[in-house]
Amino acid sequence: MVYLCLYTGMAKKHAESPSPEMLQGTLDMLVLQTLLPGAAHGHTIAHVIEKRSEDVLQVEHGSLYPALHRLEDRGWIASFWGTSDNNRKARYYRLTPAGRKQLTVATSHWERMVRAIGGVLRPVGG
Amino acid sequence: MSWRRFLRRGWWHRERMDELTSYLEIEIAENVARGMTLRDAQSEARRKLGNRTLIQEEIYRMNTVDWLDNAWQDLRHAARLLRLSPGFAAVAILSLALGTGANTAIFQLVDAVRLRSLPVHDPRGLIEVRIAGGNQRMGLNDGLYGQLTRPMFNELKKETRAITDLFAWSPREVRVGRGNDLRRVDALYVTGDFFQALGVTARQGRLLLAEDEGACPATRAVVSYSYWKNEMGGRELDGATGLVVNGQFKQVIGVAPPDFTGLAVGQRFDVVVPFCRPKELRRDVFDITVMGRLALGQSLERATAELGALSPGIMEATVPAGYSAKTVETYERFRLAGYHASSGVSSLRSEYDSSLWLLLVITGMVLLIACANLANLMLARSSVRQHEIAIRLALGASRARLIRQLLTESALIAAVGAALGAALAQALSRLVVWSVSTTTTAVYLPTKIDWRVLAFAAAVGVLTCAFFGIVPALRATRAMPVAAMKSGGRGMTAGKESFSLQHVMVVTQIAICLVLLTGAVLFIRSFRNLMTFDPGMREAGITVAFIGFEQSRVAPERYEDFKRQLAEEISAAPGIRHAAITSNVPLSGASWTHGIHIGAQEGSSKFTWVDPSYFDTMNIHLVAGRNFKSTDTAASPRVAIVNKTFVRRYLGNANPIGRTLRTIAEPNYPATSYDIVGIIPDTKYASVRDDVPPMTFAPATQFPDQAPWTAMMIYSNLTPPAVRNIVVRNHPEMVVDCVDFQTRIRDGFTRERLMAVLSGLFGLLAAVLAMLGLYGVISYIAARRRNEVGIRMALGAQRHEVMGMFLRDAARLVVVGVAIGTVASLLTMRAAASLLFGLKSYDPVTLSLAAVLLAGIAALASFLPARRAAKLDPMIALRDE
Repeated sequence: MVYLCLYTGMAKKHAESPSPEMLQGTLDMLVLQTLLPGAAHGHTIAHVIEKRSEDVLQVEHGSLYPALHRLEDRGWIASFWGTSDNNRKARYYRLTPAGRKQLTVATSHWERMVRAIGGVLRPVGG
Repeated sequence: MSWRRFLRRGWWHRERMDELTSYLEIEIAENVARGMTLRDAQSEARRKLGNRTLIQEEIYRMNTVDWLDNAWQDLRHAARLLRLSPGFAAVAILSLALGTGANTAIFQLVDAVRLRSLPVHDPRGLIEVRIAGGNQRMGLNDGLYGQLTRPMFNELKKETRAITDLFAWSPREVRVGRGNDLRRVDALYVTGDFFQALGVTARQGRLLLAEDEGACPATRAVVSYSYWKNEMGGRELDGATGLVVNGQFKQVIGVAPPDFTGLAVGQRFDVVVPFCRPKELRRDVFDITVMGRLALGQSLERATAELGALSPGIMEATVPAGYSAKTVETYERFRLAGYHASSGVSSLRSEYDSSLWLLLVITGMVLLIACANLANLMLARSSVRQHEIAIRLALGASRARLIRQLLTESALIAAVGAALGAALAQALSRLVVWSVSTTTTAVYLPTKIDWRVLAFAAAVGVLTCAFFGIVPALRATRAMPVAAMKSGGRGMTAGKESFSLQHVMVVTQIAICLVLLTGAVLFIRSFRNLMTFDPGMREAGITVAFIGFEQSRVAPERYEDFKRQLAEEISAAPGIRHAAITSNVPLSGASWTHGIHIGAQEGSSKFTWVDPSYFDTMNIHLVAGRNFKSTDTAASPRVAIVNKTFVRRYLGNANPIGRTLRTIAEPNYPATSYDIVGIIPDTKYASVRDDVPPMTFAPATQFPDQAPWTAMMIYSNLTPPAVRNIVVRNHPEMVVDCVDFQTRIRDGFTRERLMAVLSGLFGLLAAVLAMLGLYGVISYIAARRRNEVGIRMALGAQRHEVMGMFLRDAARLVVVGVAIGTVASLLTMRAAASLLFGLKSYDPVTLSLAAVLLAGIAALASFLPARRAAKLDPMIALRDE
């Protein structure tokens, strides 16, 4: 998996990075997923993720920005400056076609993982 | 790593920071809307965002290219460190610049003379055809490049299959213009297909074609680009453009391209004239160079084999008439062979080849000394920085990273040094070219920078950097952090092992320096020997006049009378003491040999036809017999004066006066018997470097091959131009060149002068560098042993004892260095033996002179730091702890 390989490589290099490996890997997927309905700016993305996960994924909102930077560099999202609901200047992100494809890849991978882990964790004989 | 991100990292940084600010603004606004105070809203928003600096750093790390960033950091660090110690930086960079500059300059010349290919089509395919082993000094050679005769060339062209595009050329000096406005111009006489065979195309008009080679005289000519530009005003050629070459009008039909300066390296041509076909081609004039290209599928070996097989036929068909049977036999044994000619032919190459390579070695050694100096300086510096390095190692810096940083500093010095050196090389190589050019022969070498020279300078830079950077860097980072920090400047005496490498380097420097000084002294003394050598004749005050009187309308049978009258006229003029006719000018490199029989012996002798005043003019006193007299005429019996070597070689102890020698027949020189009437002492002949050959002088009146030209030796207190005015006073139609005899002789010492000047210069440079090295090391040792000296002095050691301690250290290094250097000199200077005059390469005086010179320099270099160390106040040194 290109995506995960790149990811672990990066994680190893910056071991002092605040997010745990697994979470950081999924963070990208979450960001892409958040952008699926339409463009949004960083503040919105952070709050949406936090809310949808019912506050389980309590990340520092700041750690979202390196992830956005990375995703944009890979060409999965694109950005433009716009105005927020309360009339402030904000940078909006939207999914690119490549990002959409990546999201499908990542999601199916994730689902396979979950099924596999679920299978392992199911009580024997249950 | 992403170059895209890397190159725009500044922009990205600002973008993301703006974005974080935007996040904060939105969050604060929402918080306020939820009813928080502004202050709480702000701090809550900041808490939510997290550590802003960390975010920035993470994004920065994503954008950066690690090694490049580190390299840039190291470079700035290195530059800062160098700026902080300008003295060190200046010494380091300057010594490297001098080292690389000298190397590059000499390389540039080697490149120009030896390595560069001709600017013609496919130079690699060019081969030259010569007689294997040369023509045994047979016949006439009027140029430096003469190898074959034209009949040989014609036969060869008919027969050969292995070589195509066979062409021939011959450089000659011609006179362009008419009447009083005659100028000496370098001409190239060529076969018509010369330019086509070389693939050179015209800059303007057209170049010569095979059909331009026709009946004599040739009517067309081509000029070089520089001649066209400078002498003909660079004007468009038209049908009427022409030059009068040696009195004959030639139409100028084209201009050669600017980069084509002929096939002889170091020379150039102004005019190209096609050969013409006279009714009878002379068979004894070896004046052409023959070149061609290998035919398809041929190799040089196969071509040479074919040439060898064709040779007997070619020689038999072209044998010149009038030679003795033995000479004809020699001629018929001549074998032709092919040689690579991709970089042209060069008299410079044969003359300066060994000198240039030797100079390259010498400059290499200078560079080695400079490198050793730098390595020592770097070692000293890194041991000063030992503390810093130890702390950084302890804090977790990797050794590789530290080495990289230290090497960056070396690389910076090397790069700046090499760049400066390459610039310096331009001036230096121009100086060298200028110094080998003489008043009579200018040398043209392109000394422009090309990729080869730049690559050489860069390679030198990289090598020096590796040499002086790696060892100190490895050493500096090897120390155990704890030990280093503990001993940081604290030990009572400095450990021995850290000096040993520096000692080795200083010893090496001194040894190399001695080799270079020995070389310098050898070459300077050799040059001095040449300059002060007495050739056995008068040099000062003599003007050599070359006189051509073709235009004077003198009947051939009156040539001799005309010459004698002219000589009398000239010697009667005010300021002139003597004037003498001669057929050959001594010490000019020219040689005139005839085979002789004397009794039953066969041999050869140099022949010169002179008038009776020659020996007075040249201040040569006869040791026996009589001088020539005015009664020795064309009609009287043939007489000769020979030198002592002649007598020794052919007559032994017998009384030579009255004996007869008989010349062996040659074209225009029938066999003739001469009675020996006088003996002169040995005088040098073609060059002061050569041994004295057997020499025969005969009266000018008895010269068998009278021609409308002569050379005249004129003894006066006038300058050559003044003498020329006297010569042409009554004969404005004559072509006259006057040169100073002594200047002309000394022009022949160019190679020795070059070696003396450059080896002296480089020897001096080496000495200065070695002195700096020794000075640095002794200062460094003294600094490291401050505490020890302090204690010693506190315990009652005297100043001179402390000084003695350091001087003994220095003396030990110098003695070992000189010992090694002496052996090395003896071994290496053997290579220079052939370049020396009047002394052996193992000359003991020279060796001891160089050693004493070096010892003196070394004493000076170590005395200063030793004295400074001894002046130390013990209390201050100890309190420093």
